[in-house]
Amino acid sequence: MAMLSILDPTDERVPVSRQITPRPKQITGNVALLDISKPRGNVLLDRLEETLSQRLPDVNITRYAKPTFSKPAPEELRQQIQANNDFVIEALAD
Amino acid sequence: MSEVIAAFELENLRGEQVAFPGNGDALVCFIKEDCPTCKEVMPVLVAMHKALAGAIDIQIIGQTLGGNKALDKAFAPGFSILDDSALKVSFAADVETVPTLYRTNASGSVTDTLIGFVRAEWQDLMQRMSSELASPELDLDWQKLPEWRPGCGSLSVDPSNADRLRAEAENSPIRARKIIIGSQDDEFEFMFDQGFSDGLPVIPPTPERVLRMLEGTRRDAQEIVGVMAPNLGEVSIEKIAINAVMAGCKPQYLPVVIAAVEAISTDDYNVHGVMATTMGASPVIVVNGPIRHQIGMNMGMGALGQGNRANATIGRAVRLVIRNVGGAKPGETERSVLGNPMKFTMCFAEWEERNPWQPLHVERGFDASDSVVSVFTMTSGPSLIVDQESRSADALAGTIGQTLEGIYNPKAHFATNCLLVVVPEHVDTLMRDNYSKADLRRRIQETSSRPTRELVGNDVSGAGLNPAAAAGMSEEALDRMMPKFRTEDDIHIVVAGGEAGKFSAAFHGWVTGSIGSIPVSRKIDI
Repeated sequence: MAMLSILDPTDERVPVSRQITPRPKQITGNVALLDISKPRGNVLLDRLEETLSQRLPDVNITRYAKPTFSKPAPEELRQQIQANNDFVIEALAD
Repeated sequence: MSEVIAAFELENLRGEQVAFPGNGDALVCFIKEDCPTCKEVMPVLVAMHKALAGAIDIQIIGQTLGGNKALDKAFAPGFSILDDSALKVSFAADVETVPTLYRTNASGSVTDTLIGFVRAEWQDLMQRMSSELASPELDLDWQKLPEWRPGCGSLSVDPSNADRLRAEAENSPIRARKIIIGSQDDEFEFMFDQGFSDGLPVIPPTPERVLRMLEGTRRDAQEIVGVMAPNLGEVSIEKIAINAVMAGCKPQYLPVVIAAVEAISTDDYNVHGVMATTMGASPVIVVNGPIRHQIGMNMGMGALGQGNRANATIGRAVRLVIRNVGGAKPGETERSVLGNPMKFTMCFAEWEERNPWQPLHVERGFDASDSVVSVFTMTSGPSLIVDQESRSADALAGTIGQTLEGIYNPKAHFATNCLLVVVPEHVDTLMRDNYSKADLRRRIQETSSRPTRELVGNDVSGAGLNPAAAAGMSEEALDRMMPKFRTEDDIHIVVAGGEAGKFSAAFHGWVTGSIGSIPVSRKIDI
């Protein structure tokens, strides 16, 4: 199912709020590192992966990348990340 | 990235209009002053202009006017930066990153695109151009420049600008904020979570649906038709269309919704008080004129009930505009002690063809051929007036008068107004004696009249006139007859309902006049 876009029926004075998933206290299981394909995002994620692997040797880290930073991640990629991971870290860089 | 650069005309810093024909051999570069890479690229652009400007058209386009001026001051570049603070040219050229340098050929096609700054790429292109154009090499020490610098996001893809630019480019009438619903989210649940709903499911107002809804009116989508209390939100045709989609309206209902919103946005109507009162008032919408038939409204059997899409969704759309644009929500600025089901929707059409008198809109000064919406503020109803026995107009109108005396409480005279809905069988009884609307009003006032002394609060009912005040009144004053309504004009009369059933009904009003809510009629712009 593709993402649905709707138009705001209000006077737009209040930002749209969204519910976020409860934050767990500990990092366990699978962690996704998502490179949005901005220049040097991979450099940042390399360092992060290194640090995370040292501190949390039991977590499994998987790297993902968006085809371009300027557009939302493709549906398939989002589903893949959601299905296979407990956490995701998305890197913005330049 | 773009395959062609379309023709454009922009103003430079000297105030001159500069035209780009869109079909020439050219270099076009997009920059933005607050991007560090653009600043680092400026000396290259200066050298490029100096070396090649005599041989090829060069256009340097900046995305903010203030930024362009700052760059001009800092670099004295020898060219005057073009102002694209409207971002239309950047958007049309599909610029995602600044700096972006395009080279176009004689047919206007892009042959080279450089994004950000990769020294080797820029140096290569510049050398090729110098040799192709038989022009001098750039007077530049390339080795002093950084090997590589990422660009920055173009303002034309900034989310706060991109939707507007896309809409303008597509000539779309839509300007409302777009909200993306995640693919894992249920869109109906999302609408509830956002507080957009009256408690029943609403149709997600996708741009496609809103565009179809806007087909229902010739009016400009960005026209502001009113300011909606309590938040004083500006109500555009587009916002009405969005809420009309959510309510389930068809596009042909939209002109009725617009007229009703215009009516309730007036000072006379006073929607702020209507929503805020603890009494539980709500708009009651009556539609007259040819549009009733064109959009298939119910004016006959069950007209005040459920089951007809136009009746149900027009009233609901108006309520959703009040809620979403005006911000009136139960428990917040909507303070009704009990609420009432009219607050979901209350809209019906008058059965003018079954009405022996002037229809409501003609009585209120419009032509019979006009389509008109009239909005009343009512706190209760439809409350039935049951009379299956009367065979004369006087007797039936007497029942109506006596029943209406119960509005609020029997002693509450001169307190409010009412909207009386006379059903066909009762119309026939009244017409047996050729009753006019004026006769009906007069009889209601006559049969609801009480001596003032009977309206004083007592042990049976503490409501009514203050006993202490009454003690100071003369016998003559206490004997004076008081009808239920302050004036006959407070009795609004329409005809609707099925052919069978001697059950007329009345809606009971709220505070009337300039301190309350005055009924408002608006011609529907079809």
